[in-house]
Amino acid sequence: MNELALLVAAMLSAGTPLAIAGLGLLVNERAGVLNLGAEGMMLMSAVAGFAAAYHTGSDWVAFAAGAAVGAAAAAAFGWLVIWLNTNQYATGLALSLFGGGFSAFVGVSYVGRKLVERSHYSVPLLRDLPFLGTAFFEQHPMVYIAIALAGAMAWFLYRTRAGLVLRSIGESPDSAHALGYPVRRIRLAAVMFGGALCGISGAYLSTVYAPLWVEGMTAGRGWIALALTVFATWRPARVMLGAYLFGGVTMLQLHLQGLGVQIANQFMSMLPYVATIVVLVIISRNPLWIRLNMPASLGKPFFPGA
Amino acid sequence: MIQLEVRPTPSRLMSVLSPVIALAFTVAVAAVLFAALGKDPVQGLRVFLVEPLRGARGLTELGLKATPLILCSLGLVLCYRSNVWNIGAEGQYLLGAITGGGLALWVTVAEVPMAPWAFFPLLVLAGALGGAAWAALVAFLRDRFTANEILVSLMLVYVANLLLSWLVFGPWKDPNGFNFPQTASFAAATEVPRLVRGMRLNWGFGVALAAAAATWVFLFRTYRGMQLQIGGSARAAARYAGFSSRWALWTSLLVSGGLAGVAGACEAAGPMGQLTPYVSNGYGFTAIIVAFVGRLHPLGCVLSSVLLSMFLIGGELAQSRVGLPAALSGVFQGVLLLSLLACDTLIQHRLRWAASR
Repeated sequence: MNELALLVAAMLSAGTPLAIAGLGLLVNERAGVLNLGAEGMMLMSAVAGFAAAYHTGSDWVAFAAGAAVGAAAAAAFGWLVIWLNTNQYATGLALSLFGGGFSAFVGVSYVGRKLVERSHYSVPLLRDLPFLGTAFFEQHPMVYIAIALAGAMAWFLYRTRAGLVLRSIGESPDSAHALGYPVRRIRLAAVMFGGALCGISGAYLSTVYAPLWVEGMTAGRGWIALALTVFATWRPARVMLGAYLFGGVTMLQLHLQGLGVQIANQFMSMLPYVATIVVLVIISRNPLWIRLNMPASLGKPFFPGA
Repeated sequence: MIQLEVRPTPSRLMSVLSPVIALAFTVAVAAVLFAALGKDPVQGLRVFLVEPLRGARGLTELGLKATPLILCSLGLVLCYRSNVWNIGAEGQYLLGAITGGGLALWVTVAEVPMAPWAFFPLLVLAGALGGAAWAALVAFLRDRFTANEILVSLMLVYVANLLLSWLVFGPWKDPNGFNFPQTASFAAATEVPRLVRGMRLNWGFGVALAAAAATWVFLFRTYRGMQLQIGGSARAAARYAGFSSRWALWTSLLVSGGLAGVAGACEAAGPMGQLTPYVSNGYGFTAIIVAFVGRLHPLGCVLSSVLLSMFLIGGELAQSRVGLPAALSGVFQGVLLLSLLACDTLIQHRLRWAASR
């Protein structure tokens, strides 16, 4: 029983970075911009967050640093694709390649460094509950913040006027433009918000989850987060569900090894990637369903007045 | 305020000039970066731009490094021209290294009598099949289930990496290798025949150049090649003309995977001479940059492969000579591609001074 509680706890912790990045990407995709640079933004933020935590000792400064770096990188991407109308696929890919190289370069001196003693978080009273305490209430605050964020985002997208404007820009930028909304500026804001959340996710990985910095440490999580938005058919609650499922798959490899299952660890490590492909195939089998749910202008450039 | 104005026709001058401007910008960024790191910018730039071109040895090493980049980028040209976003050339390269390297290992271990010239075609074939099979997975899932090829091809890179790692840590590990994650050194007969005596440059380079010529002929001199490109640039027109998008998807992915696989096989049985987890230098990802810098044109790819292999060799030299991290070449690659994309705006647009609105 305790084993299971630990597994649930580990699943929440491993799912949180995917959830945060996925929610961020969901917002900029809802506005019609596809940012394939997620992996690069997460890597740069991971190293920024690690450096911040290393020098200040505070997770919160690390998250702020990660968010700032992510938003700045996303702003550069946004300027290129929104104002210069560069190809969104190629530009995002370029950002991912750049982020990989740049983070490796900047992070050289942080490889092998250790952060100061991590504080252990738990929720008073609730942590003493049998099973539930271990499973749900001994987590880093960011785990609960991610859940709250998903709720807030669902409310924003479906219950506020601003959310409606954001969605309408993703569906039909020309109509939104005709109504007088500043399509480009709103898209840039959405892209920067997405970048900031990818940044927090990267900083969480390097300061809370790992906690260490090595080159390429996000190990494809930025790409999995992009896949998550497709699985979730662009809905916040489903992003959370998908993120925890993937967190579970990531953790499963460790627990199966603990249980003495005799499979080479490389095959275990393949699980999250294979699972991504399998889920993607299951979801995409019905192209109509994807097309109905996908923001109609996703990935397409917008020329005001053209 | 500066405004962008759509040009009536794309500027041909700019499409050639844009990579040059982007390169100049990258060099400027590099100089600033060297200065910021407290190194002499002139010396730093020399390491990246002059040293790799020194002498016969330097030039042949440049060709050796350019070989996998040319092969991988040619396939990507086909893919991107037909609007198929294969970003998993790295995985297809690794599979080619596994199948080609596996064949070489089998010849070595089973002591099969073999002449180098007989083995080379087999090696190329094995690599091509391995890479094409990996890409076929992407094509199948896209064709049958409309699964996004960007995400599938990238996920398969991680899977290929782990597969290679399992092989060299497990069943294929050299029993006399002091437990290092590597296979036994391949027999001499499996080595890719060399082009120049005393240099490491081999016939893989010849294959790469031949592939570039063949790709050019296919794209610009055959009806099928035209169909493929129209499917990419004007989907509705292609459908109206009855060109099959499924055919374009399968062709571009199979050719792309095959070429990347050949690159992997030639690297494993060429300069490496064995399989290790480090058989790729990120060639499959660098090839994406090569393809764009080369204007998605086969001959452009050859030129930009040479340029990018200068960056790779320069990065290694910067580490040993000037004490800069080798990751620097990754930074320059990223800057080059980002600035190229920004400059490409000038092909379709011109800058205009206009009163602010």
